[in-house]
Amino acid sequence: MKRRDLLIGASLFGATFAAALAGSATGALAQAEIKIGEINSYSALPAFTEPYRKGWQLAVEEINAAGGVNGKKIVVISKDDGGKPADALTAANELVEKEKVAMLAGTFLSNIGLAVSDFANQKKVFFLAAEPLTDAITWSKGNRYTFRLRPSNYMQAAMLVDEAAKLPAKRWATIAPNYEYGQSAVGVFKKLLSAKRPDIEWVDEQWPPLGKIDAGPVVQATAAAKPDAILNVMFGADLVKLVREGNTRGTFKDRSVVSFLTGEPEYLDPLKDETPEGWIVTGYPWNDIQIPEHDKFLKAYQAKYNDYPRLGSIVGYQTIKAAAAILAKAGSEDTDKMIAAAEGITMPSPFGEITFRKIDHQSTLGAFVGKTAQKDGKGVMTGSAYRNGKDYLPSDAEVSTLRPKE
Amino acid sequence: MGFYIVQFLTGLASASALFLVASGLSIIFGVTRIVNFAHGAFYMLGAYVAFTLTERLSGAFGFWGGIVLAALAVAIIGVLVEMLLLRRIYSSPELFQLLATFGLTLMVEDLVVLIWGPDDLLGRRAPGFRGAVEMFGQNVPSYDLFMIVLGPVVLGILWLLFHRTRWGILVRAATQDRDMVAALGVNQKWLFTSVFGAGVFLAALGGALQIPRDAVHHALDLRIIVEVFVVVVIGGLGSITGAFVAAVLVAELNAFGILVFPKISIILVFLVMAVVLIVRPWGLFGKPEAAARKTPGLSVRPWQPLSQNERIAFAVGVVLAALLPLIAGNYALAVGAEIAIFVIFAASLHFLMSVGGLASFGHAAYFGLGAYGVAFLAKIAGLPMIVCLALGPLLGLFGAAIFGFFAIQLSGVYFAMLTLAFAQIVWSIAFQWVPVTGGDNGILSIWPETWAAGPARFYWLSLAVAVAVVGLLRVIVFSPFGYALRGTRDSLLRSESIGIDAKRIQWTAFVIAGTAAGIGGSLFAYLKGSVFPDNIGIGLSVDALVMVLLGGVETVSGAVVGAIVFKALSIWLVSQTDWSKLILGGVIVLIVVAFPKGIVGMIETWRARSDAPSSKSAALAASQPEGAE
Repeated sequence: MKRRDLLIGASLFGATFAAALAGSATGALAQAEIKIGEINSYSALPAFTEPYRKGWQLAVEEINAAGGVNGKKIVVISKDDGGKPADALTAANELVEKEKVAMLAGTFLSNIGLAVSDFANQKKVFFLAAEPLTDAITWSKGNRYTFRLRPSNYMQAAMLVDEAAKLPAKRWATIAPNYEYGQSAVGVFKKLLSAKRPDIEWVDEQWPPLGKIDAGPVVQATAAAKPDAILNVMFGADLVKLVREGNTRGTFKDRSVVSFLTGEPEYLDPLKDETPEGWIVTGYPWNDIQIPEHDKFLKAYQAKYNDYPRLGSIVGYQTIKAAAAILAKAGSEDTDKMIAAAEGITMPSPFGEITFRKIDHQSTLGAFVGKTAQKDGKGVMTGSAYRNGKDYLPSDAEVSTLRPKE
Repeated sequence: MGFYIVQFLTGLASASALFLVASGLSIIFGVTRIVNFAHGAFYMLGAYVAFTLTERLSGAFGFWGGIVLAALAVAIIGVLVEMLLLRRIYSSPELFQLLATFGLTLMVEDLVVLIWGPDDLLGRRAPGFRGAVEMFGQNVPSYDLFMIVLGPVVLGILWLLFHRTRWGILVRAATQDRDMVAALGVNQKWLFTSVFGAGVFLAALGGALQIPRDAVHHALDLRIIVEVFVVVVIGGLGSITGAFVAAVLVAELNAFGILVFPKISIILVFLVMAVVLIVRPWGLFGKPEAAARKTPGLSVRPWQPLSQNERIAFAVGVVLAALLPLIAGNYALAVGAEIAIFVIFAASLHFLMSVGGLASFGHAAYFGLGAYGVAFLAKIAGLPMIVCLALGPLLGLFGAAIFGFFAIQLSGVYFAMLTLAFAQIVWSIAFQWVPVTGGDNGILSIWPETWAAGPARFYWLSLAVAVAVVGLLRVIVFSPFGYALRGTRDSLLRSESIGIDAKRIQWTAFVIAGTAAGIGGSLFAYLKGSVFPDNIGIGLSVDALVMVLLGGVETVSGAVVGAIVFKALSIWLVSQTDWSKLILGGVIVLIVVAFPKGIVGMIETWRARSDAPSSKSAALAASQPEGAE
């Protein structure tokens, strides 16, 4: 009896480790495919990542229908990071060590993007960051293996500052989530706007915790500073609470509001009939874009999913399209060749032609700037115009001082 | 002046919202002693169900009817949960119910996305309370005024219920002394069920009433749960009035605090709780907890050092684990190293919980401090890896020494919540002090040196440290110090009367556990090559608790098994499925039902039963489950 128990105990001890191995036997590769490892916060941020997933699935379908890349089919192996950097690294490790992917792609949150970028640098793996907005990923913590698709924090701030500088407002208040994204968005916006308009003053700032805004007191405190204009960086459910409180209390009446990301369908659509009028925002007016490539994308997307695309769909779609373009130009899955190919590569996108800059590995994908409005009880962007990312980056001389020397 | 009055009113409205949810948690805890981690999940379900009902039903009656119906519907779910799940585990070790409700929470988070979709949902505004009322030249939302009235009304109703009905008198009696109520012939089962149902009703009502001002989404539960716990503890466990006062205190301090320190919200509730608990160890309106009357199951079957055979089995297990690099790939080895690190972390908490009887809800603080210690030494001082590994955990030691000193003045849930407050304070420093810690973008590029680089080498390093730490902790358990510590756990009064300096012993244990966690954290920094405030977060502290409970809190080293099972399962599920939380939560609930003493705890019970005729103490243990009813 005793001995049997002990045997069970001893084997249990090692069994769990062994269980993890069972999977690794499936490493044998089918020769005719290229694996791309993809990581995103699927379970933590489904509102963004579900359309994102649909976007890249559409891209994979299109690429393979057209014969794949370098005669091979594209296969995307997708992992969830649960919104945690440590779990993203586990997933990245699995993709690189076990699945032997040609490159890594994806990520949403800035800290996860940075963690994976550092991992890629360490393991010498190509990483195409899809969504993380932090400037650090291409500048202060940039590295040779990491490229980024979306317009950075700096670029979006610069686009908004162009509009904000035209406003007569002199007294500005800010409301931003208290974490790196909010802090750097406010920081860059303040710096750029003060440079253009030395006459303005910053009268108040509010820093509610991300996801936990107590909107009433925040709105009230902002209004008490009597600003002419408000910069908002809140998004998601926080934005809904902020807008509802502000609408009820009349905080946004007779004030200009400039707001990051609010025009993206992910954040604009939940506002429905609460959508404030006339906020100057960055976003994606999917039903109001006159670009032929976008028409094509929109038709294909709607045909496949019977749903309209969100900005996440564009990001997911273009991430895999960019990966395929880089692989095709490199003609190989060798990391150094892919880096050489990616630096300066130009490719079509639903927003027109984009380039991955050699100097900082940032793509020139832009964003739409417009004003929010209500139409039939729904939020829309009006008067929107595409801002090409390449016009909203600092000079090359300045960028080269921002990036660490290799 | 008008502005300050309006700001005060706005704070009161927030306080009412908080109080509704907190009151439910408070009565559940007061009577059943369940640390109901799922309270936030019920709150969220209330909001979702209310959203669906208010969209379907029309008119003012439809809206308010929908709110109440939603709360009732969720309360029925709560009653079912209590009857089908929690009833089975009332005789389990303390805090075991936390594990069950944690499993439920995980499941609900995925289920709401499956049922209602991933998008944020915007509920309707309340009929009759859409606009604002002008007061002192400021607009005050009329819904805020409604909430301000509703809070005290609910408080009044609860007071009447508890003081003017038989049910209320029984509930209050059970809050004071459950065993006595049972001895007097009250059917505890239905009392517990009804209390649980009432508590869930209040949580769901609180959630449903948020739909006119909030968005309904799948992270609502985490947003509220910790804050509500804090409010309940500040007020004093089981005190509804206390919960109300605490909610007002917290909400008003926040409303006015942000005028001076706009970044205060992130940490305010924890600061308030730390101060209140240090000054008043049982919260504002709480009373000292009566000493536990039940003899802990342990003293019936005392712990013993491993027998010769068990040592051999253990050694075989270690050797098998050490041979893993011969057959496993790089990824499996990295996972193995991660599991080994979490074995260290779980074992350190287990030492504090099982041996010291001190359940910490903030143990990640010391794990994270160890990780940051390594990061500072490696990145700022540029020291070699071996020095960093040796000195990094010292930061965990210092943290544990400082916070432990205050924490061990308290006991039970108050101790747990004070450790949570300290952990959140450490977390917010790591999060806010951007120039030094990098804020939430963390510190990058802390990779191992060549001698420990490579998955196999790092795996061996982690395994060796894990074996050493677990072994050392066992040695301590069976040392004179360990006996003294167990003495303070089993009876504080008796141990002090025979001359044991209980506080010093507990403090030392806290420091040992914190240092061991710091060792785990140091290795973790090198495994991941980076540190983030996440390494200190509540999520990690909860994971550690789950691992300990899963293994079995009444065992010597159950946490080792708990950590291996939990970590391996969660890494595998996250990799294999998009619904990992649903499945992981389901598995945890099943384990809770199948192993009501934790995995190792149940195995030991079965072994004791099969050996029953051979030893007297084992026979006693076998009869324990019946006796515990």
